Amino acid sequence: MSYKKLMLAAACAIAASCSGMTAALADVTVRMLHVEQNPQVTGFWNDIARRYEASHPGVKVDVQYLENEAYKKKLTTLLQSSDRPNIIYSWAGGVLRDQVKAGVIEDLTPVMDAPWKARFVPAAVQAYTVNDKIYGVPMHTAQVGFFYNKDLFAKAGVDASSIKTWDDLLGAVKKLQAAGITPLITGGADKWPVHFYWSHLAIRIGGKDAFEAALRGEGKGFADTTFVKAGEVFKQLVDLKPFQAGFLGATYPQSAGQFGDGKGAMMLMLNGLLNTMKANSADKVGIPDDKLGWFPFPTVAGGKGDPSDTLGGLNGWLVTKGSPKEAADFLKFFSEAENQRQAAERGFYIPVVIGTQDAIKNPILRQIAENVSKSKYHQLYYDQMLGPSVGAVVNDISADLAAGRMKPTEAAEAVQQAWELAQ
Amino acid sequence: MATSVTGGTAKAVFQAPSWLRASSTSIGGSTAIVLLFLPPALLLFTLFVALPMGEAAWYSFYNWNGYGAPTDFVGWRNFELLFANRAFRIALTNNLLIIVVSLAIQLPLALGMAILLADRVRGTATFRLIFFLPYILAEIAAGLIWRFVYDGEYGLLAKLLELFGADPIHILAEPDIAIYAIMVVVIWKYFGFHMMLYIAGLQQIDRSLYEAAHIDGATGWQIFRRITVPLLGSTIRLSVFFAILGSIQLFDLIMPLTKGGPSDSTQTMVTYLYTYGVTRTRIGFGSAVGVVLFLICVVFAFGYKRVLMRHD
Repeated sequence: MSYKKLMLAAACAIAASCSGMTAALADVTVRMLHVEQNPQVTGFWNDIARRYEASHPGVKVDVQYLENEAYKKKLTTLLQSSDRPNIIYSWAGGVLRDQVKAGVIEDLTPVMDAPWKARFVPAAVQAYTVNDKIYGVPMHTAQVGFFYNKDLFAKAGVDASSIKTWDDLLGAVKKLQAAGITPLITGGADKWPVHFYWSHLAIRIGGKDAFEAALRGEGKGFADTTFVKAGEVFKQLVDLKPFQAGFLGATYPQSAGQFGDGKGAMMLMLNGLLNTMKANSADKVGIPDDKLGWFPFPTVAGGKGDPSDTLGGLNGWLVTKGSPKEAADFLKFFSEAENQRQAAERGFYIPVVIGTQDAIKNPILRQIAENVSKSKYHQLYYDQMLGPSVGAVVNDISADLAAGRMKPTEAAEAVQQAWELAQ
Repeated sequence: MATSVTGGTAKAVFQAPSWLRASSTSIGGSTAIVLLFLPPALLLFTLFVALPMGEAAWYSFYNWNGYGAPTDFVGWRNFELLFANRAFRIALTNNLLIIVVSLAIQLPLALGMAILLADRVRGTATFRLIFFLPYILAEIAAGLIWRFVYDGEYGLLAKLLELFGADPIHILAEPDIAIYAIMVVVIWKYFGFHMMLYIAGLQQIDRSLYEAAHIDGATGWQIFRRITVPLLGSTIRLSVFFAILGSIQLFDLIMPLTKGGPSDSTQTMVTYLYTYGVTRTRIGFGSAVGVVLFLICVVFAFGYKRVLMRHD
């Protein structure tokens, strides 16, 4: 009996010392949660994490993945639990404002010193500034534009460089249809791919002023002429029935695959499509780089927006309340130019760190990086900018407009109503 | 034996064996036993059932995005918005439609199959298994399988249509017919369950009644009308109860198929709650939907039990 007890005590002691040892090896664990599906990108982030761990003994960085939709839905609960991750992925905009208001995000202003801040494009830091305080570390930018299949364009005799105005686009759509080609591919079941049409038209028609006036509640807000007209102009396109058969039931990944398989000539999407298309095409390649073209969203006759205005994203990382100081420190390491340069070089995304974009090799990404840096007005995606409840309504009405089941005035009024309710 | 003829299956199944009843009456007066066994169940029930229900009722009067504590009291506004909402009305109509289809198509189909397969003849076990299989499948998996079947390009349905020279349709992308496509899946998925209930019920019916009816020269329809249906009454009432509650709560089959789209045409109350409450972080509004759903279920369940199942 006493022998057994002794063994037990010894086992306990060994167990205790072992757990003590691991604790000494990893005093702090920084948990980072993201939505990136591409294994190459996550592999690259993990690699940064390992290098950080190597130079910072006692710190462990745990990079974790959660599927995009699930992430957005769980985050509210997750952020308020004691088990919250330390670093979270963000789209800035209205969601960030809500999170800051709820007091669950760490203010990074004290730790983000001038040299660190100076690494980024000023607009990127601005997107993560709420009430004059910096709440996030920006990572990459994106722009929405038309990707097109060069072979199909050649077959229909359409010249992409001649598509400058909305009427040019309508002309190209008709020409493609005459050649028996589906002009446009979109993921209508997910709705947000369709909202690019409505919101980009609003940007072209009313420019920055119209959007800001609507935010301030001037005139009829989002029910004002700019947003009604966006619906009407979009309807001109919808009336041509330009989308692939069954687009209302297609999800974004599915539609990206269809585009990659050459089922349609154009797709309005942000540059993340490059990755998604590869992953979802039948041959896992999609349209090869030399067959893939890109042109910016066309202008609308009489529109107040500048042709150089861009619609896109500015994604980054937030540090949650009560996280160890290593979380911010890791992000500082993460956003070093030499780290982000690799992402640019390998074509993962367009980093917002100065001095990295010259490393971009992919011609389309290069073009987009240039557009965004020249843009005087880079509008965040409406569905993110306006916050989850209003943004979802923008997505709803866009899909309903594309389905031909809603009038442009009803659409604009629905957005305004949601906006008023959210205030 | 008397119970099985008059009372039917439910009672026979749920009645405790006699030795248990005897032992429980012998210490039945002891409050110590109650005090010992009640707290764990009561605690779990309070924590995970009663408390969330009360919380949902409370949240439903607030405009709240889920952060911090709700402070923006809006009275009945969430309920007013809810009943004025087009998508919610579609959801309610769809729920009613699914109930009607369940009762009018699924249950008769299940009963017919049960009568065919109730006898212990060679091969019936195989068919029972085949018809019951869809019920065993997880809802999400079943939904995904049918999403492939309905796919307008590579799906089974599209290929079949192509075979007959018809144009393939993207059935789940058609706002006017997507809900019927979902109903087909609902029937396919759940009729096996009801069939099994009926088979169990049919096997409880005394064979001598059928023999007597045969000797008296009753026709097949008369036997069905006069013997099978009355003696299967309690099982049918139970299966109707399950069918209606299941239809009201339909959710996980729809998410992989259509997510409630296109244009909200396939929303049910629960997908509506999820899409318009949880996804949009409008927890107050979502709670209001939950409260309405809860009231409908409770009123139905108690009303049904009291009126139709009072003898069962």
